[in-house]
Amino acid sequence: MKVLRWQWLAVPVCAGVLGALGWAAFTPVQSSSREALFEIPDGTWERRMSGDLVEILPSEIRLTLGVQDVLLLRNLDRVPQVFGPTVMMPRQSFRLPFEVASSYQFACTAHASGQMTVIVEPQPLSPWARVRWRAIQLWAAAT
Amino acid sequence: MKHAILLLATWLLCAAAVAADDGAALKAGVFEPARLAPAFTLEGSDGSPLALERYRGKVVLLGFGFTSCAEVCPITLLTLAQARKLLGAQADELQVVYVTVDPERDDTARMKRYLAAFDPSFVGGTGTDAQLAAVRKEYGIAASKQAGRDGSFSHSSFVYLIDRVGRLRALMPYGRPPEDYAHDVGILLASP
Repeated sequence: MKVLRWQWLAVPVCAGVLGALGWAAFTPVQSSSREALFEIPDGTWERRMSGDLVEILPSEIRLTLGVQDVLLLRNLDRVPQVFGPTVMMPRQSFRLPFEVASSYQFACTAHASGQMTVIVEPQPLSPWARVRWRAIQLWAAAT
Repeated sequence: MKHAILLLATWLLCAAAVAADDGAALKAGVFEPARLAPAFTLEGSDGSPLALERYRGKVVLLGFGFTSCAEVCPITLLTLAQARKLLGAQADELQVVYVTVDPERDDTARMKRYLAAFDPSFVGGTGTDAQLAAVRKEYGIAASKQAGRDGSFSHSSFVYLIDRVGRLRALMPYGRPPEDYAHDVGILLASP
């Protein structure tokens, strides 16, 4: 039986894909920090006053329990800012840990919708959940 | 040897005090550094002027809402009442303050009746539109009347935690259980 060149190539490619899937499924998900940090840079108020529509906080934030489950907001500007759900003084930070997977709605005047949503997903413990979590992270990083 | 044990015991006590005061240990969202809670004076549902200074020495849970609220406020107030019960003997060191966003309907008598249904120790605050708007601005509270919903309001639903010396220490998002409040109030009561 004649084996085509592409069939020879398919063997290492398949092995690679299976290896990557195995790694994604069985390696526990970890993060270098449990904190998802969002900062208001210095000068934001001045930029807004000059008409620049600075978006400082996404209207939807996704966190994962046990991996990255602490929302950390920091106001580095020189004036108080409404940031997420609250008013933050200059150089003040706000650290909010989450322990339950759910979707949390916060009133946030910094957004046109007036709302900020924090979606906290369960810790990916099963092989399929790990693969899915890594695929979503990969997709988010690529887009 | 005795000195060494005494030194170790002192160090452990200090470490425990620091750990008890460690903001990261709270289940609520923590402000760092903590600032003094903005002062205000409103009409209190207990018949006295409502000012935070009245409650220095206690931990204050400060929330915003209105007595006709059908969705958020009853759940928040029930949670706070349950948290107060969980504190047992320390309950008297906790003061719940609820400031209305609906001064048109919420006078002091109405607030007193409403809050007493949850816990008679709760104190409500009301005032003029301008007074309440100023307080909301200081605390970053959003409140707006919902069109076509019989005078209902959409409003921020979190609760602020203010420590014994009047510092705004943390913010508890809506929906957290009474155990989380009792846990955090316990930590704030234990801190100097």
